[in-house]
Amino acid sequence: MSKNAQHSDVFEGHKKLEKNVTLLGAATLLVVAIGGIVEIAPLFWIDNTIEKVEGMRPYTPLEQAGRDIYIREGCYTCHSQMIRPFRDEVERYGHYSLAAESMYDHPFQWGSKRTGPDLARVGGKYSDDWHVQHLKAPRSVVPESIMPNYSFLAEAELNVPDPAANLTALRRVGVPYSDTDIAQAKTDLMAQANPDADAGDLATRYPKAQIRDYDGDPKRVTEMDALVAYLQMLGTLVDVNSAAAQEVLTKGEQGR
Amino acid sequence: MESVVKRLGVWALVLLAAIAAIALTPDSGFAIHMGIVALVAVILIGVTATSYDPMAKAQSIFKMPPGPSRYDDDVIRWGVIATMFWGLAGLLAGVFIAAQLAFPQLNLEPYLNFGRVRPLHTSAVIFAFGGNALLATSFYVVQRTCRTTLAFPAMARFVFWGYQLFIVLAATGYLLGISQGKEYAEPEWYVDLWLTVVWLCYLAVFVGTLLRRHEPHIYVANWFYLAFIVTIAMLHVVNNLALPVSLLGGKSYSAFAGVQDALTQWWYGHNAVGFFLTAGFLAMMYYFVPKQANRPVYSYRLSIIHFWSLIFLYIWAGPHHLHYTALPDWAQTLGMVFSVMLWMPSWGGMINGLMTLNGAWDKVRTDPIIRMMVLALAFYGMSTFEGPMLSIKAVNSLSHYTDWTIGHVHSGALGWNGMITFACVYYLVPRLWQKERLYSLRMINWHFWLATLGIVFYASSMWVAGITQGLMWREYGADGYLVNSFVDTVAALHPMYILRAVGGLMYLSGAIIMAWNIWMTIAGKQRIEAPMGDTAHDEAADRPIVAQPAE
Repeated sequence: MSKNAQHSDVFEGHKKLEKNVTLLGAATLLVVAIGGIVEIAPLFWIDNTIEKVEGMRPYTPLEQAGRDIYIREGCYTCHSQMIRPFRDEVERYGHYSLAAESMYDHPFQWGSKRTGPDLARVGGKYSDDWHVQHLKAPRSVVPESIMPNYSFLAEAELNVPDPAANLTALRRVGVPYSDTDIAQAKTDLMAQANPDADAGDLATRYPKAQIRDYDGDPKRVTEMDALVAYLQMLGTLVDVNSAAAQEVLTKGEQGR
Repeated sequence: MESVVKRLGVWALVLLAAIAAIALTPDSGFAIHMGIVALVAVILIGVTATSYDPMAKAQSIFKMPPGPSRYDDDVIRWGVIATMFWGLAGLLAGVFIAAQLAFPQLNLEPYLNFGRVRPLHTSAVIFAFGGNALLATSFYVVQRTCRTTLAFPAMARFVFWGYQLFIVLAATGYLLGISQGKEYAEPEWYVDLWLTVVWLCYLAVFVGTLLRRHEPHIYVANWFYLAFIVTIAMLHVVNNLALPVSLLGGKSYSAFAGVQDALTQWWYGHNAVGFFLTAGFLAMMYYFVPKQANRPVYSYRLSIIHFWSLIFLYIWAGPHHLHYTALPDWAQTLGMVFSVMLWMPSWGGMINGLMTLNGAWDKVRTDPIIRMMVLALAFYGMSTFEGPMLSIKAVNSLSHYTDWTIGHVHSGALGWNGMITFACVYYLVPRLWQKERLYSLRMINWHFWLATLGIVFYASSMWVAGITQGLMWREYGADGYLVNSFVDTVAALHPMYILRAVGGLMYLSGAIIMAWNIWMTIAGKQRIEAPMGDTAHDEAADRPIVAQPAE
């Protein structure tokens, strides 16, 4: 049999598919399923996808509320939270991002565009006052900025209908909140932004949690409090420069 | 009369349920959405009570031909009108956010801030404009190529109107701040569930019609439509797996976190491009280009190779959106390799489309619709070369996070998706409304050049912006320090952002001319104009040179 004849057999065979919707549909589904299965499925069971690092903990209810506002306002359309391992990025933003640092992020907010700078390690870089002023009127502190104003956040009371329900939903998708965390959610939410309230053991359950008034108005807990609390904790949990973290990094995260 | 009472009862139940939801939910955004549902129910109650056939009235506004057509074209006519409407809305939103980036004072907090309008723009152009074009053309093509009418006519109507409800809920949701924060998949869980129902009905109508076909073979355009519908269903369901906080609230949390969520999202995001904006639109190419050129498809074998290699390779390309991130290296490399391979089937498809014009190339000069199709294929070729190039890690290290990506996306979206859709609508309208010809061919010419020039402005300004910013971020001085602060790079882009907005405005102007042209065609008018492609005849020059006797 000549080579040409073999080829036309392939195309002859294809006529079976062309005459049968079920076969065509099934073959299509099979062909499009392969790539996703091979690429995505292993991420759930290959151990070294996420190297454990010390310091990671779930968000406090206030930080999570701030994160929900970050998502609501579409901040990810202009800001990334993923520092790539390049000299300029590391010098500009800090140590490159580790997989573990977004392990409790439902959904992830790595972003795809930097109209504004990366925020993965923005926590602690600026004062609370700066953040509040900048969010209210970005051009009053950075004249060339093209960021929208978010002054309404300072006026809006933080209204989380049921903080415990949020934490429960997050626990169901895999974030390790304890029963105490959930029972205390509502108190924790308010206490973290109110210096006069009794925060209880908030700082023990959530190590490195920053308890203070963020928006300059201690009488109220506003959406501004929540968003600034979230921004101020970004990238602060893992001490990437500690000896232990460096050891994990050299062992675990190779070839980047 | 009885059926009117029944319908009234059903809408009253919907109204009651919506009111109950408003009363019980603590979530104001969700309450407003339920308010919209309630409003729709009230309107329907009113309409049902006052007239027995509201559709007839609506159809007379758009001058739809009365009585049954040979094919079931009613829902297609609605689809064409929706395509035009959402196209204008989406482009307008795009021009608005482009202007916001040049002039930030245009941000009107909170509802019209960039972060809320940007998803509105992307969803409006991809899902509302592109989606309606796909719905309308797929129903048109599947009937013609199968020589039969739609399988479930009532369900087809539900698909169309259900899809419009999805669009309205999604769009208003973004402005109200209801978003699950995953690009191109922002609608929350209840809107996602609704779309799933609509989409499965779409699949049923499409496959049902294929089963009723009177032609033994399924035409190649239908393979692409089928792959588009099936794959989008798979992507949509998996990427939107999420746990609602409460059944009486909009908020939900993604089932996946961090790395896994990122790859699932870009597996979805890239294949929304691959199957929604590529496979579906290639189906349009495989039917409408041969029809308009009046030539058969160039190669049957190439279309088989094109189809299977394209749908197999596309799915793997997602990780190229995550180069140099915390995604494992092996996944990034796989994504890059498959993205580069994808170049070949993409160009195979472009060649199959362009070579279909063999023997009819003169029409590029005389037929503005063919010219639009050729330009669409040229942009398809260009962006499917640029895509694999940007997916190479070394290139991506410069281009990622910059406006180069935005420029790339728009050369594909405006050039390929926009132009092929416009061409198909120009083809469809006179046929669907039973008119002899379009109102004006010369206006298509204006549309063509405005759109082309608009894309050139858009793409080139974004190339310059992207490369500028990428280079400025990594610029080191002789002292070994970074030269530019971040905001220096923002300031440097200002002129490019203005040029981009101008390009967008030109593209929008072309679409407005089109809307006028379509509206007048539907109204049954014909513009009195010189026919396209005529070379002027100069009577005075039309004579031999006669030698003059020397004086």
